[in-house]
Amino acid sequence: MRLLVNGEPTNLEPAPASVAELLAQLRLPVEHVAVELNGEIVTRAERAARTVKDGDTVEVVTLVGGG
Amino acid sequence: MSFTDSPLQLGPVSLASRLIVGTGKYRDLDETADCLRLSGADMVTVAIRRVPPKKDGERSLWDVIPSAMHILPNTAGCYTVEDCLRTARLGRELLGERGRLVKVEVIGDEKTLFPDVAATIEATRVLVQEGFVCLPYVTDDPVACLRLIDVGAAAVMPLAAPIGSGLGIRNPHNLAIILEVVKAKRPDLPVIVDAGVGVPSDAARVMELGVDGVLMNTAIAQASNPRLMAEAMKDGVRAGRAAFVAGRMPMKLYAAASSPLQGLIHAR
Repeated sequence: MRLLVNGEPTNLEPAPASVAELLAQLRLPVEHVAVELNGEIVTRAERAARTVKDGDTVEVVTLVGGG
Repeated sequence: MSFTDSPLQLGPVSLASRLIVGTGKYRDLDETADCLRLSGADMVTVAIRRVPPKKDGERSLWDVIPSAMHILPNTAGCYTVEDCLRTARLGRELLGERGRLVKVEVIGDEKTLFPDVAATIEATRVLVQEGFVCLPYVTDDPVACLRLIDVGAAAVMPLAAPIGSGLGIRNPHNLAIILEVVKAKRPDLPVIVDAGVGVPSDAARVMELGVDGVLMNTAIAQASNPRLMAEAMKDGVRAGRAAFVAGRMPMKLYAAASSPLQGLIHAR
């Protein structure tokens, strides 16, 4: 499955069934990120049920140092 | 020096320290952690960015912000209302109830990082309607501050000088006018100087003017010894606040002797 993750073309095999699986496959710190799927926020509660499909755009953000 | 100060109230959040510090530009996470602690701050600002590739076991900012500290996500780097709203919403998703506060920042110019005031007011208006507690960063413009209050800002945060410049208080008179007009309209609404402070005397000076708090990042992080500067800034803010509460002496043009004029041993 081809996705655009944080602006990077990313090929994931096997294809993740959900946003939760996508995060696990990318080994992202699930507790410390927020996710947008095609410009829409996917809340923590929705991650397991929300499916992803070929060509989706995903943003995964976290806290960084700032003023 | 001991006096019992009232807390700085930002929406639902009550802060004992009137110094708010940023978490950017430190050399490493140990320095960040030490400076947060030594500053005595109860609230830190953070930015929202794409998650960086991280190696297993590597620490992140999450590991060094004490759980008792309040986190104020900013919308730094946003140039449009839409980007600002999007960033604020992601911050709330990221932080849960802790992310209800947001430092609203919509930049209008890359070189000065001055805010786009119209966009800042519009973003604040929308975010307030969505239930955010908005603390907008704004130019030192009294009218802009009033407009932000009109749309529901929980505080106003005028700059003292451009972000990261360390130039100090470029227009103390505007800050005085902002205090006057804001407090006339809403006596309890905090005015926080955000950006431009370079040294503790800058922080003390604005606190002496009567601002409710100071937010800074670069002045500590880019000092030669950030840990020592964090302590110095804590002292500067405290001294300025105490002086404001104590009330300064009136200024006079001519001298007034401190020692008695009676009992001199020589004739005049």
